Amino acid sequence: MSETLTKAAARNIFYGGTVFFFVIFVGLVAQSVSSAKTIARANPITPSVAAGKQVWEKHACIDCHTLLGEGAYFAPELGNVWVRFGGRQDPVAAREGLRAWFAAQPSHVEGRRQMPQFHMSAKDVDNLIDFLKWTSEIPTQNWPPKVSG
Amino acid sequence: MKYQSQKVALYYFGGALALFVVQVLVGTLAGTIYVVPNLLADVIPFNIVRMIHTNALIVWLLMGFFGCAYYLIPEEAETELHSPGLAILQFWLFLAGALAAVVGYLFHIHVGREFLEQPLWIKLAIVVVALMFLYNITLTVLKGRKTAITNVLLLGLWGIAVFFLFSLYNPSNLILDKMFWWWVVHLWVEGVWELVMASVLAFLMIKMTGVDREVVEKWLYVIIALALFSGILGTGHHYYWIGTPAYWQWIGSIFSTFEVLPFFAMVIFTFTMVWKGGRNHPNKAALLWSLGCSVFAFFGAGVWGFLHTLAPINYYTHGTQVTAAHGHLAFYGAYVMVNIAMFTYAMPQLLGRAPYNQVLNMVGFWVTSAAMAFMTFALTFAGVVQVHLQRVLGMTYMDVQDQVSLFYWFRLGAGVFVVLGVLMIVWSLVVPGARTREAVGYAPAE
Repeated sequence: MSETLTKAAARNIFYGGTVFFFVIFVGLVAQSVSSAKTIARANPITPSVAAGKQVWEKHACIDCHTLLGEGAYFAPELGNVWVRFGGRQDPVAAREGLRAWFAAQPSHVEGRRQMPQFHMSAKDVDNLIDFLKWTSEIPTQNWPPKVSG
Repeated sequence: MKYQSQKVALYYFGGALALFVVQVLVGTLAGTIYVVPNLLADVIPFNIVRMIHTNALIVWLLMGFFGCAYYLIPEEAETELHSPGLAILQFWLFLAGALAAVVGYLFHIHVGREFLEQPLWIKLAIVVVALMFLYNITLTVLKGRKTAITNVLLLGLWGIAVFFLFSLYNPSNLILDKMFWWWVVHLWVEGVWELVMASVLAFLMIKMTGVDREVVEKWLYVIIALALFSGILGTGHHYYWIGTPAYWQWIGSIFSTFEVLPFFAMVIFTFTMVWKGGRNHPNKAALLWSLGCSVFAFFGAGVWGFLHTLAPINYYTHGTQVTAAHGHLAFYGAYVMVNIAMFTYAMPQLLGRAPYNQVLNMVGFWVTSAAMAFMTFALTFAGVVQVHLQRVLGMTYMDVQDQVSLFYWFRLGAGVFVVLGVLMIVWSLVVPGARTREAVGYAPAE
Protein backbone atom coordinates (compact mmCIF):
# COMPACT_ATOMS: atom_id res chain seq x y z
CA MET A 1 0.00 0.00 0.00
CA SER A 2 1.08 3.56 -0.72
CA GLU A 3 3.82 5.04 1.47
CA THR A 4 2.01 8.37 1.64
CA LEU A 5 -0.72 6.93 3.88
CA THR A 6 0.74 6.29 7.32
CA LYS A 7 -0.81 3.99 9.91
CA ALA A 8 -1.66 6.96 12.14
CA ALA A 9 -3.38 8.71 9.24
CA ALA A 10 -5.38 5.57 8.40
CA ARG A 11 -6.41 5.27 12.05
CA ASN A 12 -7.52 8.90 12.24
CA ILE A 13 -9.50 8.61 9.01
CA PHE A 14 -11.20 5.52 10.43
CA TYR A 15 -12.22 7.11 13.73
CA GLY A 16 -13.16 10.47 12.23
CA GLY A 17 -15.13 8.95 9.36
CA THR A 18 -16.94 6.48 11.57
CA VAL A 19 -18.12 9.23 13.90
CA PHE A 20 -19.13 11.34 10.88
CA PHE A 21 -21.20 8.60 9.24
CA PHE A 22 -22.71 7.44 12.53
CA VAL A 23 -23.89 10.98 13.31
CA ILE A 24 -25.57 11.22 9.89
CA PHE A 25 -27.13 7.81 10.42
CA VAL A 26 -28.51 8.75 13.84
CA GLY A 27 -29.92 11.98 12.40
CA LEU A 28 -31.72 10.17 9.58
CA VAL A 29 -33.01 7.48 11.95
CA ALA A 30 -34.35 10.21 14.26
CA GLN A 31 -36.23 11.71 11.31
CA SER A 32 -37.58 8.25 10.41
CA VAL A 33 -38.66 7.65 14.01
CA SER A 34 -40.72 10.82 13.89
CA SER A 35 -42.20 9.69 10.57
CA ALA A 36 -43.12 6.30 12.09
CA LYS A 37 -44.82 8.09 14.98
CA THR A 38 -46.77 10.26 12.54
CA ILE A 39 -47.99 7.10 10.79
CA ALA A 40 -49.13 5.70 14.14
CA ARG A 41 -50.96 8.93 14.97
CA ALA A 42 -52.91 8.81 11.71
CA ASN A 43 -53.68 5.10 12.18
CA PRO A 44 -53.59 4.55 15.96
CA ILE A 45 -52.11 1.42 17.49
CA THR A 46 -55.13 0.35 19.54
CA PRO A 47 -54.73 -1.92 22.59
CA SER A 48 -55.90 -4.84 20.44
CA VAL A 49 -53.28 -4.13 17.75
CA ALA A 50 -50.58 -4.02 20.44
CA ALA A 51 -51.93 -7.22 22.02
CA GLY A 52 -52.08 -8.82 18.57
CA LYS A 53 -48.40 -8.08 18.05
CA GLN A 54 -47.71 -10.00 21.26
CA VAL A 55 -49.75 -12.94 19.99
CA TRP A 56 -47.72 -12.80 16.77
CA GLU A 57 -44.51 -12.95 18.82
CA LYS A 58 -45.73 -15.54 21.32
CA HIS A 59 -46.11 -18.13 18.57
CA ALA A 60 -42.91 -17.13 16.71
CA CYS A 61 -44.83 -16.70 13.46
CA ILE A 62 -41.75 -14.93 12.03
CA ASP A 63 -39.78 -18.21 12.02
CA CYS A 64 -41.97 -19.57 9.18
CA HIS A 65 -43.54 -16.49 7.61
CA THR A 66 -42.18 -13.15 6.46
CA LEU A 67 -43.70 -9.88 7.64
CA LEU A 68 -42.89 -7.01 5.27
CA GLY A 69 -40.35 -9.35 3.71
CA GLU A 70 -38.46 -10.14 6.91
CA GLY A 71 -38.49 -13.52 8.62
CA ALA A 72 -38.27 -17.10 7.42
CA TYR A 73 -39.12 -17.99 3.85
CA PHE A 74 -41.02 -21.21 4.60
CA ALA A 75 -44.54 -19.77 4.50
CA PRO A 76 -46.36 -16.87 2.83
CA GLU A 77 -45.79 -13.15 3.38
CA LEU A 78 -48.28 -11.85 5.94
CA GLY A 79 -47.75 -8.08 5.75
CA ASN A 80 -50.57 -7.94 3.22
CA VAL A 81 -52.53 -11.05 4.23
CA TRP A 82 -55.44 -8.82 5.22
CA VAL A 83 -55.54 -7.47 1.66
CA ARG A 84 -55.17 -10.99 0.21
CA PHE A 85 -58.23 -12.10 2.20
CA GLY A 86 -60.17 -9.19 0.75
CA GLY A 87 -60.18 -7.11 3.95
CA ARG A 88 -60.26 -3.82 2.04
CA GLN A 89 -63.48 -4.70 0.25
CA ASP A 90 -65.21 -6.78 2.93
CA PRO A 91 -63.60 -6.60 6.37
CA VAL A 92 -66.24 -8.83 7.98
CA ALA A 93 -65.73 -11.65 5.52
CA ALA A 94 -61.90 -11.30 5.70
CA ARG A 95 -62.03 -11.63 9.49
CA GLU A 96 -64.26 -14.71 9.23
CA GLY A 97 -61.92 -16.16 6.61
CA LEU A 98 -58.84 -15.69 8.78
CA ARG A 99 -60.58 -17.13 11.85
CA ALA A 100 -61.57 -20.19 9.85
CA TRP A 101 -58.02 -20.52 8.52
CA PHE A 102 -56.46 -20.55 12.02
CA ALA A 103 -59.09 -23.05 13.21
CA ALA A 104 -58.44 -25.44 10.31
CA GLN A 105 -54.71 -25.91 10.98
CA PRO A 106 -52.90 -28.19 10.60
CA SER A 107 -54.28 -29.42 7.32
CA HIS A 108 -52.55 -32.82 7.56
CA VAL A 109 -52.54 -32.87 3.76
CA GLU A 110 -49.71 -35.19 2.71
CA GLY A 111 -46.86 -33.36 0.96
CA ARG A 112 -48.01 -29.91 2.04
CA ARG A 113 -46.29 -27.66 4.57
CA GLN A 114 -48.07 -27.77 7.91
CA MET A 115 -49.01 -24.80 10.04
CA PRO A 116 -49.39 -25.82 13.70
CA GLN A 117 -52.62 -25.48 15.67
CA PHE A 118 -51.83 -22.79 18.23
CA HIS A 119 -55.04 -23.16 20.29
CA MET A 120 -55.52 -19.40 20.40
CA SER A 121 -58.46 -17.93 22.34
CA ALA A 122 -61.09 -16.08 20.31
CA LYS A 123 -59.75 -12.85 21.78
CA ASP A 124 -56.18 -13.66 20.76
CA VAL A 125 -57.34 -14.45 17.24
CA ASP A 126 -59.17 -11.14 16.98
CA ASN A 127 -56.21 -9.21 18.33
CA LEU A 128 -53.87 -10.96 15.91
CA ILE A 129 -56.17 -10.09 13.00
CA ASP A 130 -56.24 -6.46 14.17
CA PHE A 131 -52.44 -6.45 14.18
CA LEU A 132 -52.28 -7.94 10.67
CA LYS A 133 -54.83 -5.38 9.47
CA TRP A 134 -52.81 -2.51 10.98
CA THR A 135 -49.63 -3.91 9.41
CA SER A 136 -51.30 -4.06 5.98
CA GLU A 137 -51.96 -0.31 6.28
CA ILE A 138 -48.29 0.63 6.80
CA PRO A 139 -47.13 2.76 3.84
CA THR A 140 -44.47 0.42 2.39
CA GLN A 141 -43.56 2.27 -0.84
CA ASN A 142 -46.03 -0.09 -2.57
CA TRP A 143 -44.21 -3.26 -1.56
CA PRO A 144 -44.91 -6.13 -2.25
CA PRO A 145 -45.25 -5.81 -6.03
CA LYS A 146 -48.14 -8.31 -6.23
CA VAL A 147 -50.89 -9.16 -3.80
CA SER A 148 -49.47 -12.71 -3.77
CA GLY A 149 -46.82 -11.31 -1.40
CA MET B 1 1.41 -19.93 22.70
CA LYS B 2 3.33 -17.64 25.03
CA TYR B 3 0.97 -17.16 27.97
CA GLN B 4 -0.63 -19.88 30.09
CA SER B 5 -3.92 -18.01 30.35
CA GLN B 6 -4.43 -18.29 26.58
CA LYS B 7 -5.50 -21.86 27.31
CA VAL B 8 -8.97 -20.71 28.35
CA ALA B 9 -9.59 -20.31 24.61
CA LEU B 10 -9.76 -24.12 24.36
CA TYR B 11 -13.04 -24.18 26.29
CA TYR B 12 -14.56 -21.73 23.83
CA PHE B 13 -13.23 -23.51 20.75
CA GLY B 14 -14.59 -26.82 22.01
CA GLY B 15 -18.00 -25.38 22.86
CA ALA B 16 -18.17 -23.57 19.53
CA LEU B 17 -17.34 -26.70 17.54
CA ALA B 18 -19.98 -28.74 19.41
CA LEU B 19 -22.63 -26.13 18.65
CA PHE B 20 -21.39 -25.95 15.04
CA VAL B 21 -22.29 -29.64 14.65
CA VAL B 22 -25.71 -29.02 16.25
CA GLN B 23 -26.29 -26.07 13.91
CA VAL B 24 -25.60 -27.97 10.68
CA LEU B 25 -27.52 -31.08 11.82
CA VAL B 26 -30.59 -29.00 12.66
CA GLY B 27 -30.11 -27.07 9.42
CA THR B 28 -30.21 -30.37 7.52
CA LEU B 29 -33.41 -31.23 9.37
CA ALA B 30 -34.91 -27.89 8.31
CA GLY B 31 -33.82 -28.56 4.73
CA THR B 32 -35.48 -32.00 4.91
CA ILE B 33 -38.75 -30.48 6.14
CA TYR B 34 -38.71 -28.25 3.05
CA VAL B 35 -38.95 -31.35 0.83
CA VAL B 36 -40.80 -33.73 3.19
CA PRO B 37 -43.13 -31.20 4.80
CA ASN B 38 -45.09 -33.57 7.03
CA LEU B 39 -41.92 -34.68 8.82
CA LEU B 40 -42.16 -33.98 12.58
CA ALA B 41 -44.86 -31.38 11.88
CA ASP B 42 -46.83 -32.35 14.98
CA VAL B 43 -43.74 -32.74 17.20
CA ILE B 44 -41.28 -29.97 16.35
CA PRO B 45 -42.82 -27.40 13.98
CA PHE B 46 -40.56 -25.75 11.42
CA ASN B 47 -40.39 -22.46 13.31
CA ILE B 48 -38.75 -24.18 16.31
CA VAL B 49 -36.30 -26.08 14.08
CA ARG B 50 -35.34 -22.88 12.31
CA MET B 51 -34.96 -21.01 15.59
CA ILE B 52 -32.50 -23.62 16.85
CA HIS B 53 -30.58 -23.56 13.54
CA THR B 54 -30.09 -19.79 13.54
CA ASN B 55 -29.55 -19.38 17.28
CA ALA B 56 -26.98 -22.19 17.42
CA LEU B 57 -25.10 -20.44 14.61
CA ILE B 58 -25.08 -17.07 16.32
CA VAL B 59 -24.10 -18.50 19.69
CA TRP B 60 -21.25 -20.62 18.37
CA LEU B 61 -19.87 -17.75 16.29
CA LEU B 62 -19.92 -15.50 19.37
CA MET B 63 -18.37 -18.27 21.44
CA GLY B 64 -15.69 -18.55 18.78
CA PHE B 65 -15.10 -14.78 18.87
CA PHE B 66 -14.71 -14.96 22.67
CA GLY B 67 -12.19 -17.76 22.24
CA CYS B 68 -10.33 -15.86 19.53
CA ALA B 69 -10.11 -12.85 21.84
CA TYR B 70 -8.86 -14.92 24.77
CA TYR B 71 -6.17 -16.45 22.57
CA LEU B 72 -5.18 -13.29 20.76
CA ILE B 73 -5.29 -10.62 23.44
CA PRO B 74 -2.67 -11.97 25.89
CA GLU B 75 -0.28 -12.51 22.99
CA GLU B 76 -0.86 -9.04 21.55
CA ALA B 77 -0.92 -7.29 24.94
CA GLU B 78 2.12 -9.35 26.04
CA THR B 79 0.64 -10.13 29.43
CA GLU B 80 -1.40 -12.84 31.12
CA LEU B 81 -5.17 -12.56 31.01
CA HIS B 82 -6.59 -10.48 33.87
CA SER B 83 -8.58 -13.44 35.23
CA PRO B 84 -8.52 -16.90 33.62
CA GLY B 85 -10.94 -18.14 36.31
CA LEU B 86 -13.52 -15.54 35.33
CA ALA B 87 -13.10 -16.53 31.69
CA ILE B 88 -13.85 -20.17 32.49
CA LEU B 89 -16.85 -19.24 34.65
CA GLN B 90 -18.06 -17.04 31.80
CA PHE B 91 -17.79 -19.96 29.40
CA TRP B 92 -19.94 -22.28 31.52
CA LEU B 93 -22.53 -19.56 32.10
CA PHE B 94 -22.75 -18.83 28.39
CA LEU B 95 -22.99 -22.51 27.47
CA ALA B 96 -25.63 -23.12 30.14
CA GLY B 97 -27.64 -20.12 28.88
CA ALA B 98 -27.41 -21.37 25.29
CA LEU B 99 -28.48 -24.90 26.22
CA ALA B 100 -31.31 -23.59 28.41
CA ALA B 101 -32.51 -21.52 25.45
CA VAL B 102 -32.45 -24.48 23.06
CA VAL B 103 -34.20 -26.85 25.48
CA GLY B 104 -36.72 -24.09 26.18
CA TYR B 105 -37.40 -23.69 22.45
CA LEU B 106 -38.29 -27.39 22.24
CA PHE B 107 -40.96 -26.71 24.89
CA HIS B 108 -42.10 -23.56 23.08
CA ILE B 109 -40.52 -21.22 25.63
CA HIS B 110 -39.45 -18.33 23.45
CA VAL B 111 -40.38 -14.83 22.44
CA GLY B 112 -41.01 -13.89 18.90
CA ARG B 113 -38.59 -11.63 17.07
CA GLU B 114 -36.37 -13.30 14.49
CA PHE B 115 -32.95 -14.32 15.91
CA LEU B 116 -33.87 -12.67 19.23
CA GLU B 117 -36.20 -15.44 20.40
CA GLN B 118 -34.39 -15.83 23.72
CA PRO B 119 -36.65 -15.17 26.74
CA LEU B 120 -35.86 -11.96 28.61
CA TRP B 121 -33.95 -13.68 31.41
CA ILE B 122 -31.62 -15.31 28.88
CA LYS B 123 -31.08 -11.97 27.14
CA LEU B 124 -30.14 -10.47 30.51
CA ALA B 125 -27.83 -13.42 31.23
CA ILE B 126 -26.15 -12.76 27.87
CA VAL B 127 -25.60 -9.14 28.94
CA VAL B 128 -24.00 -10.37 32.19
CA VAL B 129 -21.77 -12.80 30.27
CA ALA B 130 -20.78 -10.00 27.88
CA LEU B 131 -19.88 -7.70 30.79
CA MET B 132 -17.72 -10.40 32.41
CA PHE B 133 -15.96 -10.87 29.10
CA LEU B 134 -15.44 -7.18 28.35
CA TYR B 135 -14.21 -6.53 31.90
CA ASN B 136 -11.68 -9.34 31.58
CA ILE B 137 -10.25 -8.46 28.18
CA THR B 138 -10.36 -4.71 28.65
CA LEU B 139 -8.34 -4.89 31.88
CA THR B 140 -5.88 -7.20 30.13
CA VAL B 141 -5.37 -4.74 27.30
CA LEU B 142 -5.10 -1.78 29.68
CA LYS B 143 -2.27 -3.35 31.66
CA GLY B 144 -0.39 -4.52 28.56
CA ARG B 145 0.83 -3.45 25.15
CA LYS B 146 -1.75 -1.66 23.02
CA THR B 147 -1.73 -2.56 19.36
CA ALA B 148 -4.02 -1.65 16.47
CA ILE B 149 -5.27 -5.25 16.50
CA THR B 150 -6.33 -5.14 20.15
CA ASN B 151 -7.86 -1.67 19.69
CA VAL B 152 -9.98 -2.77 16.76
CA LEU B 153 -10.92 -6.08 18.35
CA LEU B 154 -11.98 -4.35 21.57
CA LEU B 155 -13.98 -1.78 19.63
CA GLY B 156 -15.75 -4.57 17.75
CA LEU B 157 -16.50 -6.58 20.88
CA TRP B 158 -17.75 -3.56 22.82
CA GLY B 159 -19.89 -2.70 19.81
CA ILE B 160 -21.42 -6.19 19.85
CA ALA B 161 -22.43 -5.72 23.48
CA VAL B 162 -23.73 -2.17 23.04
CA PHE B 163 -25.86 -2.93 19.98
CA PHE B 164 -27.23 -6.09 21.62
CA LEU B 165 -28.94 -3.79 24.13
CA PHE B 166 -31.37 -2.78 21.37
CA SER B 167 -32.76 -6.32 21.56
CA LEU B 168 -34.39 -5.24 24.83
CA TYR B 169 -36.39 -2.53 23.04
CA ASN B 170 -39.61 -3.90 21.54
CA PRO B 171 -42.16 -1.17 20.85
CA SER B 172 -45.71 -1.99 19.76
CA ASN B 173 -45.20 0.18 16.65
CA LEU B 174 -44.00 -2.43 14.15
CA ILE B 175 -42.12 0.16 12.07
CA LEU B 176 -40.01 1.21 15.08
CA ASP B 177 -39.62 -2.42 16.13
CA LYS B 178 -38.16 -3.28 12.74
CA MET B 179 -35.95 -0.19 12.54
CA PHE B 180 -34.21 -0.92 15.82
CA TRP B 181 -34.19 -4.69 15.34
CA TRP B 182 -31.75 -3.93 12.53
CA TRP B 183 -29.57 -2.00 14.98
CA VAL B 184 -28.77 -5.40 16.45
CA VAL B 185 -28.81 -7.51 13.30
CA HIS B 186 -27.30 -5.26 10.65
CA LEU B 187 -24.96 -3.26 12.86
CA TRP B 188 -23.64 -6.61 14.09
CA VAL B 189 -23.02 -8.54 10.91
CA GLU B 190 -22.38 -5.65 8.54
CA GLY B 191 -20.74 -3.50 11.19
CA VAL B 192 -18.94 -4.48 14.36
CA TRP B 193 -18.55 -8.18 13.50
CA GLU B 194 -16.45 -7.06 10.54
CA LEU B 195 -14.10 -5.36 12.99
CA VAL B 196 -13.66 -8.66 14.83
CA MET B 197 -13.16 -10.52 11.56
CA ALA B 198 -10.63 -8.04 10.18
CA SER B 199 -8.61 -7.92 13.39
CA VAL B 200 -8.46 -11.73 13.66
CA LEU B 201 -7.35 -11.97 10.02
CA ALA B 202 -4.73 -9.26 10.65
CA PHE B 203 -3.42 -11.21 13.65
CA LEU B 204 -3.22 -14.39 11.59
CA MET B 205 -1.36 -12.56 8.80
CA ILE B 206 1.22 -11.21 11.24
CA LYS B 207 1.72 -14.65 12.74
CA MET B 208 1.79 -16.70 9.58
CA THR B 209 3.32 -14.50 6.87
CA GLY B 210 5.95 -12.59 8.80
CA VAL B 211 4.97 -9.31 7.10
CA ASP B 212 5.84 -6.23 9.15
CA ARG B 213 3.21 -5.28 11.73
CA GLU B 214 3.14 -1.66 10.53
CA VAL B 215 2.01 -2.76 7.09
CA VAL B 216 -0.64 -5.19 8.39
CA GLU B 217 -2.09 -2.68 10.83
CA LYS B 218 -2.35 0.03 8.20
CA TRP B 219 -4.31 -2.39 6.03
CA LEU B 220 -6.48 -3.19 9.03
CA TYR B 221 -7.49 0.44 9.52
CA VAL B 222 -8.18 0.91 5.81
CA ILE B 223 -10.37 -2.23 5.71
CA ILE B 224 -12.43 -1.35 8.75
CA ALA B 225 -12.80 2.25 7.57
CA LEU B 226 -14.28 0.92 4.33
CA ALA B 227 -16.48 -1.46 6.34
CA LEU B 228 -18.01 1.14 8.61
CA PHE B 229 -18.17 4.05 6.15
CA SER B 230 -20.27 1.85 3.87
CA GLY B 231 -21.94 -0.36 6.45
CA ILE B 232 -23.41 2.21 8.84
CA LEU B 233 -25.48 4.04 6.23
CA GLY B 234 -25.78 0.73 4.36
CA THR B 235 -28.33 -0.13 7.07
CA GLY B 236 -30.58 1.83 4.72
CA HIS B 237 -30.98 -1.23 2.50
CA HIS B 238 -33.16 -2.72 5.26
CA TYR B 239 -35.27 0.43 5.45
CA TYR B 240 -36.78 0.28 1.96
CA TRP B 241 -40.17 -1.39 2.55
CA ILE B 242 -40.89 -1.33 6.28
CA GLY B 243 -42.78 1.94 6.56
CA THR B 244 -39.70 4.18 6.55
CA PRO B 245 -39.29 7.21 4.25
CA ALA B 246 -38.38 6.78 0.57
CA TYR B 247 -35.00 8.54 0.86
CA TRP B 248 -33.60 5.33 2.34
CA GLN B 249 -33.81 3.80 -1.15
CA TRP B 250 -31.11 6.21 -2.31
CA ILE B 251 -28.99 6.05 0.82
CA GLY B 252 -29.28 2.28 1.16
CA SER B 253 -28.57 1.62 -2.52
CA ILE B 254 -25.51 3.88 -2.70
CA PHE B 255 -23.83 3.02 0.59
CA SER B 256 -24.56 -0.70 0.59
CA THR B 257 -23.04 -0.93 -2.90
CA PHE B 258 -19.80 0.17 -1.27
CA GLU B 259 -20.13 -2.65 1.27
CA VAL B 260 -18.42 -4.84 -1.34
CA LEU B 261 -15.21 -2.82 -0.94
CA PRO B 262 -14.03 -3.94 2.52
CA PHE B 263 -14.49 -7.56 1.48
CA PHE B 264 -12.59 -6.97 -1.76
CA ALA B 265 -9.87 -5.23 0.26
CA MET B 266 -9.65 -8.27 2.55
CA VAL B 267 -9.01 -10.53 -0.46
CA ILE B 268 -6.25 -8.24 -1.73
CA PHE B 269 -4.87 -7.91 1.79
CA THR B 270 -4.64 -11.62 2.63
CA PHE B 271 -3.23 -12.64 -0.76
CA THR B 272 -0.73 -9.76 -0.84
CA MET B 273 0.49 -10.55 2.67
CA VAL B 274 0.96 -14.22 1.92
CA TRP B 275 2.71 -13.43 -1.34
CA LYS B 276 4.93 -10.69 0.16
CA GLY B 277 5.68 -12.58 3.33
CA GLY B 278 7.03 -15.53 1.44
CA ARG B 279 7.41 -17.44 4.67
CA ASN B 280 6.74 -21.13 4.57
CA HIS B 281 4.53 -21.46 7.64
CA PRO B 282 3.98 -25.07 8.70
CA ASN B 283 0.27 -24.61 9.40
CA LYS B 284 -0.94 -24.88 5.80
CA ALA B 285 -4.53 -25.54 6.86
CA ALA B 286 -4.78 -22.30 8.85
CA LEU B 287 -3.40 -20.39 5.89
CA LEU B 288 -5.94 -22.04 3.59
CA TRP B 289 -8.80 -21.07 5.91
CA SER B 290 -7.54 -17.47 6.14
CA LEU B 291 -7.35 -17.07 2.37
CA GLY B 292 -10.61 -18.97 1.88
CA CYS B 293 -12.31 -16.75 4.43
CA SER B 294 -11.55 -13.55 2.55
CA VAL B 295 -12.57 -15.08 -0.81
CA PHE B 296 -15.83 -16.64 0.42
CA ALA B 297 -16.71 -13.51 2.40
CA PHE B 298 -16.16 -11.46 -0.75
CA PHE B 299 -18.54 -13.67 -2.74
CA GLY B 300 -21.08 -14.40 0.01
CA ALA B 301 -21.30 -11.05 1.75
CA GLY B 302 -19.98 -8.84 -1.04
CA VAL B 303 -21.16 -10.15 -4.42
CA TRP B 304 -24.30 -11.97 -3.25
CA GLY B 305 -25.18 -8.98 -1.09
CA PHE B 306 -24.79 -6.59 -4.02
CA LEU B 307 -26.94 -8.85 -6.23
CA HIS B 308 -30.09 -7.71 -4.45
CA THR B 309 -29.12 -4.56 -2.59
CA LEU B 310 -30.19 -1.92 -5.13
CA ALA B 311 -33.70 -0.74 -4.23
CA PRO B 312 -35.31 -1.32 -7.67
CA ILE B 313 -34.02 -4.91 -7.64
CA ASN B 314 -34.71 -5.49 -3.97
CA TYR B 315 -38.32 -4.43 -4.60
CA TYR B 316 -38.71 -7.78 -6.39
CA THR B 317 -36.25 -10.00 -4.48
CA HIS B 318 -36.92 -8.86 -0.89
CA GLY B 319 -37.83 -11.79 1.36
CA THR B 320 -37.32 -14.55 -1.23
CA GLN B 321 -34.87 -17.43 -1.46
CA VAL B 322 -32.37 -14.93 -2.93
CA THR B 323 -32.04 -13.55 0.59
CA ALA B 324 -31.60 -17.07 1.96
CA ALA B 325 -28.82 -17.76 -0.57
CA HIS B 326 -26.96 -14.60 0.43
CA GLY B 327 -27.45 -15.26 4.14
CA HIS B 328 -26.00 -18.76 3.99
CA LEU B 329 -22.87 -17.92 2.00
CA ALA B 330 -22.21 -14.65 3.82
CA PHE B 331 -22.28 -16.23 7.28
CA TYR B 332 -20.18 -19.13 6.10
CA GLY B 333 -17.57 -17.07 4.27
CA ALA B 334 -17.17 -14.25 6.72
CA TYR B 335 -17.79 -15.62 10.18
CA VAL B 336 -17.65 -19.40 10.11
CA MET B 337 -14.40 -19.39 8.16
CA VAL B 338 -12.65 -16.72 10.22
CA ASN B 339 -13.42 -18.75 13.34
CA ILE B 340 -12.20 -22.02 11.84
CA ALA B 341 -9.06 -20.23 10.57
CA MET B 342 -8.27 -19.11 14.10
CA PHE B 343 -9.14 -22.49 15.68
CA THR B 344 -6.92 -24.24 13.13
CA TYR B 345 -4.06 -21.88 13.82
CA ALA B 346 -4.39 -21.74 17.60
CA MET B 347 -5.30 -25.27 18.65
CA PRO B 348 -1.94 -26.87 17.85
CA GLN B 349 -0.26 -24.00 19.71
CA LEU B 350 -2.54 -24.42 22.72
CA LEU B 351 -2.04 -28.18 22.79
CA GLY B 352 1.74 -27.82 22.41
CA ARG B 353 1.85 -29.73 19.14
CA ALA B 354 3.01 -29.36 15.60
CA PRO B 355 0.09 -28.68 13.24
CA TYR B 356 -1.83 -31.95 13.07
CA ASN B 357 -4.43 -33.61 10.82
CA GLN B 358 -3.78 -30.98 8.17
CA VAL B 359 -4.87 -33.10 5.21
CA LEU B 360 -8.18 -34.06 6.84
CA ASN B 361 -8.75 -30.43 7.83
CA MET B 362 -8.10 -29.22 4.28
CA VAL B 363 -10.33 -31.92 2.77
CA GLY B 364 -12.99 -30.71 5.21
CA PHE B 365 -12.40 -27.17 3.95
CA TRP B 366 -12.96 -28.14 0.32
CA VAL B 367 -15.96 -30.40 0.96
CA THR B 368 -17.73 -27.83 3.15
CA SER B 369 -16.88 -24.89 0.91
CA ALA B 370 -17.92 -26.65 -2.30
CA ALA B 371 -21.16 -27.80 -0.68
CA MET B 372 -21.90 -24.29 0.61
CA ALA B 373 -21.27 -22.88 -2.86
CA PHE B 374 -23.60 -25.47 -4.38
CA MET B 375 -26.26 -24.71 -1.75
CA THR B 376 -25.95 -21.01 -2.56
CA PHE B 377 -26.42 -21.64 -6.29
CA ALA B 378 -29.45 -23.87 -5.63
CA LEU B 379 -31.09 -21.24 -3.43
CA THR B 380 -30.22 -18.46 -5.86
CA PHE B 381 -31.90 -20.31 -8.73
CA ALA B 382 -34.89 -21.06 -6.51
CA GLY B 383 -35.02 -17.36 -5.63
CA VAL B 384 -34.84 -16.14 -9.21
CA VAL B 385 -37.64 -18.48 -10.29
CA GLN B 386 -39.64 -17.46 -7.22
CA VAL B 387 -39.19 -13.77 -8.01
CA HIS B 388 -40.45 -14.24 -11.53
CA LEU B 389 -43.44 -16.44 -10.73
CA GLN B 390 -44.53 -14.69 -7.55
CA ARG B 391 -43.44 -11.08 -7.89
CA VAL B 392 -43.78 -10.60 -11.65
CA LEU B 393 -46.55 -13.03 -12.64
CA GLY B 394 -48.33 -12.86 -9.29
CA MET B 395 -48.70 -16.61 -8.68
CA THR B 396 -49.55 -17.53 -5.08
CA TYR B 397 -46.77 -18.39 -2.66
CA MET B 398 -47.52 -22.09 -2.19
CA ASP B 399 -47.94 -22.73 -5.92
CA VAL B 400 -44.55 -21.14 -6.51
CA GLN B 401 -42.96 -23.27 -3.79
CA ASP B 402 -44.14 -26.41 -5.60
CA GLN B 403 -42.47 -25.11 -8.77
CA VAL B 404 -39.07 -24.70 -7.11
CA SER B 405 -39.03 -27.92 -5.07
CA LEU B 406 -36.27 -29.42 -7.24
CA PHE B 407 -33.90 -26.72 -5.98
CA TYR B 408 -34.80 -27.60 -2.40
CA TRP B 409 -33.71 -31.18 -3.07
CA PHE B 410 -30.40 -29.83 -4.40
CA ARG B 411 -30.09 -27.70 -1.29
CA LEU B 412 -30.70 -30.69 0.94
CA GLY B 413 -28.06 -32.71 -0.93
CA ALA B 414 -25.59 -29.86 -0.44
CA GLY B 415 -26.55 -29.73 3.23
CA VAL B 416 -25.67 -33.40 3.72
CA PHE B 417 -22.21 -32.73 2.28
CA VAL B 418 -21.86 -29.70 4.56
CA VAL B 419 -22.48 -32.00 7.54
CA LEU B 420 -19.84 -34.44 6.26
CA GLY B 421 -17.33 -31.64 5.74
CA VAL B 422 -18.03 -30.14 9.16
CA LEU B 423 -17.54 -33.53 10.83
CA MET B 424 -14.14 -33.79 9.10
CA ILE B 425 -13.15 -30.32 10.25
CA VAL B 426 -14.27 -30.92 13.81
CA TRP B 427 -12.60 -34.35 13.96
CA SER B 428 -9.36 -32.92 12.56
CA LEU B 429 -9.32 -30.24 15.25
CA VAL B 430 -10.45 -32.09 18.37
CA VAL B 431 -8.68 -35.42 17.84
CA PRO B 432 -5.04 -34.35 17.70
CA GLY B 433 -3.58 -37.86 17.90
CA ALA B 434 -0.63 -38.97 19.99
CA ARG B 435 2.33 -37.25 18.32
CA THR B 436 3.52 -34.28 20.35
CA ARG B 437 5.58 -31.33 19.18
CA GLU B 438 8.75 -32.70 20.77
CA ALA B 439 8.32 -36.04 19.01
CA VAL B 440 8.52 -34.40 15.59
CA GLY B 441 11.17 -31.81 16.52
CA TYR B 442 8.88 -28.88 15.75
CA ALA B 443 9.99 -25.33 16.47
CA PRO B 444 7.25 -22.71 16.38
CA ALA B 445 7.64 -20.05 13.70
CA GLU B 446 6.24 -17.49 16.06
